[in-house]
Amino acid sequence: MSEAAAMPGSGKLDRRAVVARLVRDRRELVVVASLGSPTYDLAAAGDHDRNFYLWGAMGGAAMVGLGLALARPEVPVAVLAGDGEALMGMGGLATIALQRPANLSLVILDNGLYGETGGQPSHTGAGVDLAGVAAACGIADCRIVETEDAVAALAERIRTVGAGPTVAVVRIDGEEQPRCLPSRDGAALKARLRGAFGLPSM
Amino acid sequence: MTHHRPATAEAADAASWPEHIYGVLKQYDVRQVAYVPDGGHAELIRRVQGDPGIRAVALTTEEEGVALLAGAWLGGQRGVLLMQSSGVGNCVNMLSLVKTCRLPLLALVTMRGEWGEFNPWQVPMGSTTADAFRLMDVGVLRADVPEVVGATVAAAARMAFEGGSATAVLLSQQLVGAKVFVK
Repeated sequence: MSEAAAMPGSGKLDRRAVVARLVRDRRELVVVASLGSPTYDLAAAGDHDRNFYLWGAMGGAAMVGLGLALARPEVPVAVLAGDGEALMGMGGLATIALQRPANLSLVILDNGLYGETGGQPSHTGAGVDLAGVAAACGIADCRIVETEDAVAALAERIRTVGAGPTVAVVRIDGEEQPRCLPSRDGAALKARLRGAFGLPSM
Repeated sequence: MTHHRPATAEAADAASWPEHIYGVLKQYDVRQVAYVPDGGHAELIRRVQGDPGIRAVALTTEEEGVALLAGAWLGGQRGVLLMQSSGVGNCVNMLSLVKTCRLPLLALVTMRGEWGEFNPWQVPMGSTTADAFRLMDVGVLRADVPEVVGATVAAAARMAFEGGSATAVLLSQQLVGAKVFVK
């Protein structure tokens, strides 16, 4: 049975199926999702105390993940970011490369589009290679993910503490999916995630 | 004790203020120090880099630090953001994260553009630094003389980490000294 199926039109991966597969056997994994579709994708895969949804702060998702990963080196942390988000926070790839957090994965869901604002083409759609940028920053594990097997391998990577940070550019279909809206209450989401670590709410 | 060469004779007794800040950061168990390299914070940055109990995180731009420290707090660590006044404007939208999630930001800002500034390009942001923070509901304290730096930073750390209020300390250009361009 196919679990991270290709879309019939483009042959590219279905974003919802990819995210569902990535978090399926998540165990201790913490997932930070950037505003827009990655947040809807993560919510559609099932709400979880260890999900942290961003509804703004564009360009900051990978850095939220880095701060978490450094604070909790024993916990795998994954960031789901759109290509627009990753482009806005591109300097963060250099910052992550210097820190080398073994437990951080940045998963860029790349459809080459700004889906939230009407589908304008992004720089990646015009050829900017974010995996190449990450590699040039010095991140050793940079991957392009285009097949179900590669999604399964990435799922295995992100739920464990690895040897260094991973940046995966997942080529997804550009079709808009039904919106699945999780909580927008940032303070409550903060308290919930801190609670999962046994920390006080503030 | 770290020694450094003061730029002027009057600055000699200012030599210890970065050390006072370092002491407060240790007292409050700050574990992540995010910074954009800055002359005014150079001594503190060196001190932090030499401390295995603190993670020094060099940023490419200041707003990265706002998001980084949000993540640190979610994971249970305290952090501080060191920057120059020119970086505060870069942080404005990212501070929506701090406000919406009610996070305890602590920012220590060395001022430019306010005291004997030779470079007019520093003045627009230097003269509006406190206003930029207040736009996003970050409380602002200020230290103009070396003797009050430690106590001011300690007050800000208490407000942030124990009170949950995002707080910035502006460190006057009088502490840092006007940058000398022609030597």
